[in-house]
Amino acid sequence: MSRQPFTPDQYKELVHKLTPPSRMLRGYWRAFWVGGLICCVGQALTLWAEQLNLGEITAPMFTTSVLVFVGTTLTGLGVYDVIGKYAGAGSAIPVTGFANSVAAPAIEFQREGAIMGVGARLFTLAGPVLAYGIASSVAVGIVYWLLRGWVL
Amino acid sequence: MSRMGSQTFVYDRPPVIAAHRSIAGPKEGKGPLAAWFDTVLEDDLLGQKSWELAEMEMVRRCVQAALNEAHVTDEQAQAMLGGDLNNQIIASSFAARALGVPFIGLYGACSTFVQALVIGSALISGGYLDNAVCVASSHYCTAERQFRFPLELGNQRPPQASWTATACGCALLSNEDHGGLRVTSGTVGRIIDLNISDANHMGAAMAPAVFDCIAAHMADTGRTADDYDLIATGDLGWIGRDLLLELASAADMPLPPDRLIDCGASLFYQEQDAHAGGSGCGCVASVACGWLMKRLEAGDIRRLLLVGSGAMFSPTSSQQAQSVPGIAYAACIERRD
Repeated sequence: MSRQPFTPDQYKELVHKLTPPSRMLRGYWRAFWVGGLICCVGQALTLWAEQLNLGEITAPMFTTSVLVFVGTTLTGLGVYDVIGKYAGAGSAIPVTGFANSVAAPAIEFQREGAIMGVGARLFTLAGPVLAYGIASSVAVGIVYWLLRGWVL
Repeated sequence: MSRMGSQTFVYDRPPVIAAHRSIAGPKEGKGPLAAWFDTVLEDDLLGQKSWELAEMEMVRRCVQAALNEAHVTDEQAQAMLGGDLNNQIIASSFAARALGVPFIGLYGACSTFVQALVIGSALISGGYLDNAVCVASSHYCTAERQFRFPLELGNQRPPQASWTATACGCALLSNEDHGGLRVTSGTVGRIIDLNISDANHMGAAMAPAVFDCIAAHMADTGRTADDYDLIATGDLGWIGRDLLLELASAADMPLPPDRLIDCGASLFYQEQDAHAGGSGCGCVASVACGWLMKRLEAGDIRRLLLVGSGAMFSPTSSQQAQSVPGIAYAACIERRD
C-alpha cells in the first residue's frame, strides 16, 4: 500500500526545488584565483630552474617535484583539505591536488598496515587518473606515430 | 492488545526508561545542544589507536554509564541491542565484547537507535527480558573513510550533504516499576524508495520513508499529530524536514511545523559548516537520550513520537548506480503521571 502523495518524478521535482544550489560563481572565482596562483608558482619555479641551467627536460621535472613535495607536506600538516574545501577544483586539478589525493589515503589507511593499508589504498583516488592518463598518452602516441609523416 | 493495525506494536507492559546517557564529540559539543549532553568529548580519538576503537570505546563508556546510573551490573544486564555505521557493526559488537552483555546486533543505518527501542520494548513487554540496553553510535572519522573520502583529501561537499555526528546515545529499558518515562508503542516502517540516487542527499532519500512510517503509526493507533507534544525525526536535516512537511501537506495530513523537530537539524548551528545537518546513528540516539528524554522528564513535553530514519545504501550499491532506499521506525515515549 502506498501512502506517498507524489510519484518519483513529482518528488524529484520537489527535491530539486527545495535543495539550495551550490554557489557556482563564488566557486568559479575561488577555483580561478587559487588554481591560477598555484600555476604561477609553478611557472616561477620553471623560470628559476632555467636560470639554474637545469635544462629543458629537467626544469619541468624540478617544478613538478617541488609542487608534489609541497602538496604532500601541506596534506601531512592538515592544511591541504582546508585549501581544497575553499578552492575546489582550483586546488584539486594542479599536480599539488594529485599529490594530495595520494598522500591523504596514505595517512588514512596507515592503521591497516603497510601492505593492505597504505600499499593497496595509496592509489584509490589517483588510480583512475593514472590508468586513463597513461592509457590516453599511449593512444595519443600511436596517433602521433601514424601521422608524423604529415605533421613533421 | 499488543498489535494495532498493520505495522504497530502497542506494548501491554510498557517498559520504563530506567536510565539514559549521551556522549557527543567536540564539534557536536559546540552546537546548540551542548549543555544537554551528559559527556562532551575533548579528544575524538578517546586515547585509542584507531577511529574504530575510539567509537567502540565511546559505546562502551556510554552503556557502562547508563548501567551504573540504574545500578545494574554487567551480569544483571540481559541484553544489549545496538548498531552503528561500520561494516559488520564492529563498534557495537566490540563494545559488547568488552561489556560481556548478551548482544543483539542491529542495522538500520541512522534509524538504528529507534529500531533498538522498538524491538527491545517488544522483548520486555513480551516477558522475554527484564531489561535491555538500546544503543547506537556513529563517528565522523569512521564514517568518512568508509562511505566517502580520506579525511585529509581536499574536496568540497554539496549543500545537501550531511555531517556524520560523532556521538552515542544509550537508553536502558526495564520492566521494573520505576523511572518516569515509558515506551508505549512502536511502529516498524517499510522500505520506501522514490528513486533518489544522490547518496549525498540522504534527507531527500529518507523523507518519504519517514512520512510513510508516521502515517502508518497514526493510522494504526487512530491518533493524529495533535496527540503528540512533539514529533522528532532523525536525521532528515534541514532540507529533509522541509520535504517531510511538503509530503505531509500534499497527503492531507499536515504536520505542525512548530511541533516537528529534526535531530540532525538541531545538532549543529548553520555556521558550523555541517551543510544539511547532522546524521549518523549517534545523532538521533544522542539527541533523544540527551535532549528529548530530559525535556520529557522535565515535563516540558509529555508525549513524544521519536522517528528514526535510515538510508539503506552502501558504497557498492551507490557505485552500481542504485537509488537510495529509506527506512523509518517510530517509538512513542510518554511521561508517566
